[in-house]
Amino acid sequence: MSLTSNRKDSVAVVGVGTTKWGAMPEHDATSLGIWALREAAEDAGIRLQDIDGLICQRLTDYQKFVQVTNITPKLVTATPGAGRMTGGTIQLAVQAILSGLLDTVAVVYGNDGRSAGAKYGGKGDSYGTGADQMWFPYGMTSPGAVHSMLFQRHAHLYHSTIEQLGTVSLTFRQHATLNPEAVMRKPITMDDYLASRFICEPLRLLDYCLINDGGVALILTAGDRAKDLKQKPVYVRGIAQQSRLAQGELPEDFGYAAMQRASKTVHEMAEVGRDDVDALMIYDNFTPIVLFALEGFGYAPRGEGGAFVQSGALALGGRYPTNTNGGHLSESYMQGWNLQAEAVRQLRGGLGARQVPGAETVQYLQGGPLCTSIIYGTEAA
Amino acid sequence: MNTLEYKKPLPPITEQSRPFWQATRERRLQLPRCDHCGTFHTYFEPWCSQCGGEGVHWETLSGRGRIWANCRFHKHYFPGFDGPYNVAMVELEEGPRIMTNIVGTAHGTLDEIPIGMAVQAVFEDVNDTVTLVKFQPVEAPQP
Ligand SMILES: [Zn+2]
Repeated sequence: MSLTSNRKDSVAVVGVGTTKWGAMPEHDATSLGIWALREAAEDAGIRLQDIDGLICQRLTDYQKFVQVTNITPKLVTATPGAGRMTGGTIQLAVQAILSGLLDTVAVVYGNDGRSAGAKYGGKGDSYGTGADQMWFPYGMTSPGAVHSMLFQRHAHLYHSTIEQLGTVSLTFRQHATLNPEAVMRKPITMDDYLASRFICEPLRLLDYCLINDGGVALILTAGDRAKDLKQKPVYVRGIAQQSRLAQGELPEDFGYAAMQRASKTVHEMAEVGRDDVDALMIYDNFTPIVLFALEGFGYAPRGEGGAFVQSGALALGGRYPTNTNGGHLSESYMQGWNLQAEAVRQLRGGLGARQVPGAETVQYLQGGPLCTSIIYGTEAA
Repeated sequence: MNTLEYKKPLPPITEQSRPFWQATRERRLQLPRCDHCGTFHTYFEPWCSQCGGEGVHWETLSGRGRIWANCRFHKHYFPGFDGPYNVAMVELEEGPRIMTNIVGTAHGTLDEIPIGMAVQAVFEDVNDTVTLVKFQPVEAPQP
């Protein structure tokens, strides 16, 4: 089942643009998205007017976006501003190109969460079906608390440890020290990790991602057009999603079954196996989801995600260097988007100390609840 | 308890959820149950997520269960909480799982309320209309 349909050589990412990360109160989400798209167009060597499809995520003001950039797409849409939507947003772009509907699609993300004071947890939090009835009166709220509870389950069933979570945090921080753009670059030790304050026990500050302002844009086009553009194309070899929005939002299998289904589809589509993958990008809003994703997508046996992390496999120099930019935990929480940018840049090469030597295939893993995976490669499928 | 002093979030009692909160006033835990497949719901909608059927009736549960997951908040997202507090998901004897707080332990720490611990519902009046169902450890071993 090749991804190729009526378009030769499938779909490629030909432009990637990122803003700085941090506090940028002078920008709103739309303006951060415009900044990122201008960078991506420059990177791809195309004019903004060449873009005929625009899919915005999180930034909801597509009208201002189109007016300010003066692009004239054949399709404009916006997807909800949750990180779980990232893979699906890219999936829409890929499908639109494969179908022949669009030639050149920009997927653009803008997030002013830090300056706008975005809250994850509390009255407006969307985690929990009917949360105002059955969660809030007990003080239950926030995606962090959900992951805290899920980790407690995982530890109960499989004897996963806090030190394994700490290793996730330390590994990605070590990668961030090699990335000049990362927000958190100070090296940390296990003692630092264990001394960091509890947010929702057993999770600590250093288990939580970093809310910041920033934007990311990717420009995708059909593989046959990609070859004539400025950059070495990075092909989307496979992309798959399987949702699992569990009632009560605490899936008893950590989303395992859904991830297994997405995993099977993405590898069949890409025609590459896990042995062919050189690096991973794993959605890391909280450390436990890295363990769940490693197991669900088949990199570690069930229940052994923590041991896999402790083996050093995710570190640069390990078998599957992961989140080589520092991820959401240490580069910036760009809800999956900075991980797409890093995947593309690893495959282009030239990232200095954090470059995975000879990287040809990079896989993105997103655990629940919209379990998604993307396999990027230097070769078309 | 003086209503004015209670600052924690109160459930907005709706037509769909009213029987739940009426029962807790009477020291009973009752949940809606699908008329078609018998699945207990822990949400207040007329449709069943298991079979797609429409229509529920209410059934009283034993109030016995076991801790299924737990955590302890140190950061506060709502007013009215003082110091760290636990939240647990309890799996009821009849199957459904609900969020709650575990009370009746010395410090409310996680090691006092391990996953798997047998617990029993207790009812806490928080004002003139709302009674929350919380859980406390069962001292006697479960059969
Ligand atoms: Zn039913």
